[in-house]
Amino acid sequence: MNEIRVAPPALRRRADDEEASRYSRREFIKRVIASGAVASSATYVFGGLQGCSSRGTVAAAVAGGVERLIRINVNGQERPVDVLPQETLAMTLRYRLGLTGTKLSCDRDECGACSVMIDDVLHNSCSVLTHSVRNRKVVTIEGLQGPNGELHPVQQAFIEGLSPQCGFCTPGQVMAAVALLKHNPNPTREEARQAMAGNLCRCGAYDNYLNGVMRAAASTKATAT
Amino acid sequence: MSYKLLGKNFTPPDVLAKVTGQAKYAEDFRAEGMVFCRFFPSPYPHARVKNLDASEALKMEGVLGILTEADIKNPPAPGAPILSNEPRYVGEPVFALAAVDETTVQNALEKVRIEWEVLPFTVDPLKSLAPQNPADARTDGNVGAAGVKLQTIRWTKEDFDNAKDGQLPQGQPAEEWTFGDVDAAFAKAKVVYDETFVTASNSHHSMEPRSCMSYWENGKCFVFGSTQSQSFIVPALAGFIGIPPDQLVYVAEFCGGGFGSKGGAYPSMAIPALMSKKIGRPVMMRVSRFDEYSIGHARNGFQGRVKLGFAGNGKLVAADLYVVQESGAHTGFYDFRNAPDALSIMYQPEAMRWRGVPVFCNTPTRSAQRGPGYNQLAYVMEPLMDRAARELNIDRLAIRMLNGPDMNAPVGKDRRPVSSCYVKDALTKGAERFKWAERVARSGQRKGSKVTGVGVGQAFHPAGFSGFDGLCRITPDGILHIHTGVGNLGTFSHTGTARLAAEVLKYDWEKCVVVRGDTRKHLPWNIGQFGSNTSYTMARTNYVAAMDALQKMKEIAARDLGGKPDDYDVDGNRVFAKGAPGRAMTYAKVAQRAIELGGKYTGKDLPADINPMTKASATALAGSGLIGVAKDGLPHGQPAAFAACFMEIELDVETGQHRIVDVLNVGDCGTVIHPMGLDTQLKGATVQGVGAATLEGMIYDPQTGIPGAAGFYQAKPPSYLDLPPQLQTDWVDKPDPMSPMGTKGIGEPPLGSAAAALLCALSDAMGGHVFNRTPVRPDMIINALAGRPQAHKPTQIHTA
Repeated sequence: MNEIRVAPPALRRRADDEEASRYSRREFIKRVIASGAVASSATYVFGGLQGCSSRGTVAAAVAGGVERLIRINVNGQERPVDVLPQETLAMTLRYRLGLTGTKLSCDRDECGACSVMIDDVLHNSCSVLTHSVRNRKVVTIEGLQGPNGELHPVQQAFIEGLSPQCGFCTPGQVMAAVALLKHNPNPTREEARQAMAGNLCRCGAYDNYLNGVMRAAASTKATAT
Repeated sequence: MSYKLLGKNFTPPDVLAKVTGQAKYAEDFRAEGMVFCRFFPSPYPHARVKNLDASEALKMEGVLGILTEADIKNPPAPGAPILSNEPRYVGEPVFALAAVDETTVQNALEKVRIEWEVLPFTVDPLKSLAPQNPADARTDGNVGAAGVKLQTIRWTKEDFDNAKDGQLPQGQPAEEWTFGDVDAAFAKAKVVYDETFVTASNSHHSMEPRSCMSYWENGKCFVFGSTQSQSFIVPALAGFIGIPPDQLVYVAEFCGGGFGSKGGAYPSMAIPALMSKKIGRPVMMRVSRFDEYSIGHARNGFQGRVKLGFAGNGKLVAADLYVVQESGAHTGFYDFRNAPDALSIMYQPEAMRWRGVPVFCNTPTRSAQRGPGYNQLAYVMEPLMDRAARELNIDRLAIRMLNGPDMNAPVGKDRRPVSSCYVKDALTKGAERFKWAERVARSGQRKGSKVTGVGVGQAFHPAGFSGFDGLCRITPDGILHIHTGVGNLGTFSHTGTARLAAEVLKYDWEKCVVVRGDTRKHLPWNIGQFGSNTSYTMARTNYVAAMDALQKMKEIAARDLGGKPDDYDVDGNRVFAKGAPGRAMTYAKVAQRAIELGGKYTGKDLPADINPMTKASATALAGSGLIGVAKDGLPHGQPAAFAACFMEIELDVETGQHRIVDVLNVGDCGTVIHPMGLDTQLKGATVQGVGAATLEGMIYDPQTGIPGAAGFYQAKPPSYLDLPPQLQTDWVDKPDPMSPMGTKGIGEPPLGSAAAALLCALSDAMGGHVFNRTPVRPDMIINALAGRPQAHKPTQIHTA
């Protein structure tokens, strides 16, 4: 794997004293992970510096921050990924797994933009520790389409009903609707309204999202019968 | 007038990406070697950095650099700076640090030692205008805005003494105007009100915080940002970064909401670019929700006073409006100057005076927010119209019809006629559909602790500009590429207005591609997506570009097939002779011929009056097909958009909570381009209006300048549960005569009409009590019903 040497000479610090002796088993494992992942999914946000420098010491230096290689099941795929103890699922998805469809709007469990399903239950991924999903199934917005790109009925219904406006809350709204219909395939509009209430939309597209949910429920019912 | 495409629904091409998660917003972009920066937010409302020691931070493993005010060139004061050693609100960016990961940046920020000189501050304009011991937000003046020079204004003790019982004092303004004889008009009024009011500031609450990513490559600066507009922001952002506009590559294909807070380029957008230039790495600046409450702008707050004189028949004869604007710490927007225009047009007083003063406070920089000034005026005036109706025993709808604007009603101090106005049609249509008379009969009806209230509200906004450019091309494969500089804030107007080009050329929509979202795609110069303008302004730019293409197509056909250009017409993907339809060329063939003929046909010769951005884009496309390019120089008046909203609520007098039973919001936007799109804007505005009326307001601690509502749960934007399960919308769909296909903008007035309708409905449920304040919170209702004083003083702002 290629080292990335972008920093100009003036900003290189103590490059010589540490490099040569630092190629450890840990480094090897990290490179294996990086080469198997999307090019830009290096460990951006937390310690580890993979892809950014040859030093592997910062992870340990960050308080409580030792990365651990775990496997998580995302959208039906086993994904090995290096994760810090305090790392949230939203950050892992967005910065280590290249899945930027899940959005961060408040990062504190108030708005639902980061909604994903974990074992078919809707969660705000900004407030789930990635370590806690090790033996569970995560489904994100990217995991809804069929193998040939067939849209989920909720996605199709949202397009037909022009539900999204700016689109930023849309992945969360889609996930909330999908989760609702998994548990209640034939909701009343009021049940849908209550179920979706954890997803904020500043554009105010609530009416059209509800129309989409009802439409998706009806179309699923129609195909099933 | 029946159109092939206009007025028909279509699936905008970007909806698929939105529902699949493929749409990329600023924080979704990645670059090889990307690092992170964060800015240090000021802990003080006003302070000066005496000494900054970042040595420990810069020694930390992984820290790559620091950016301070000394490293950059700030825009001139009192405009908002990019970084400031004299921050003027809690949360203002002081300096920035970059590191290989965000945890390191955050840890490093905490290692920076700053010695502060804490300065006086204020979060209340009246404290700054006070004659004795004033507290100013800035040291270089306390009053300023676009069009108002930076100056210091102090009111006199007499001004304050003359304001009795919580009235707003009315000292020296920064700006004023008058039309008619105001004193004489008041003299003949039967009923006179003198109302002091407060409308709260509130966050725009864009769901996407304004993160930004930037890098430099081959001398060009690449920025992936979050803005409502595309072409419009390029010159200003380039200016912030310190480069010529043609050296900036700007990508904003998607924007997660702006509502005016991201209408133009804003200073924090330059931080990643400037940091990237300094350290030689791509830089991502993630902005948190808390940061959005500080650098993310907000609506201007008003403390105001309005004196109204009504004749016995309910006609508003005289108005005297004073607006004190809580302007934030830097030059923001001029809501204070817009509010009187709304009053002048919606109620057509015979005589009117307006005075205004924008006062700096140590609170976030303001920007326009959906209907800036115009909508706040609606929140204030509409319940007062109801009061007059009640007192003079006139139907509330009738008083609006009596006072309201007709087709070419005058607006503003110059009494300029608007090019069309159908608000009375909106009121009539809405009243009938909403069954106004029936519902009004239930007004005040009680069921247990619940009381029915019914309200109607209306609002206005100017609705378009002229003088911007259109650009389109037909390639030899027969595809029409409509290049548009329109941003993507969620209205789909980028595609809606593009359809005018297809309409002119009678092009099959399936053969059309809308090109947008990235300066590398060669886009024309357009104005930004704000001010309810796009459906007028860019309908015109696309229209003139298509007309230019049409003319060229006819010329080419005449040249090749004989006769004169006027002998030809277009349809069915062909240019054909009107008398002899067999004499024809396909669009694809015309495009091929345009390339062969060169010159103006293929963009090698360009009109002299187009903007340099358009010229560069057309030049880049030259030779690729038939190019249509033109500046909109069509006759232009004052287009105006209107909305009327009807609401029925149930107010629980024990809890102060209300439930909206039904709502209908009706728009006047001229010819409707995209019915489903219009519907979403009317509904979305209704939701935001509900928030403005009853839920949202900034809170600032006057002792510390610290924000008290910097989270969704506190601030608080409406959720699904704050609206009824179904919203109703309608529209007038009558054309504006000065717009090529009759279209006007619409995004803003439906917010004001909905907020006003809700405020009026609440007032109605309470037997006519007028709060003269937004938001109206449950505790205010409980106090009013109990006859207890409110927790706040009448002119107090930023209250919980």
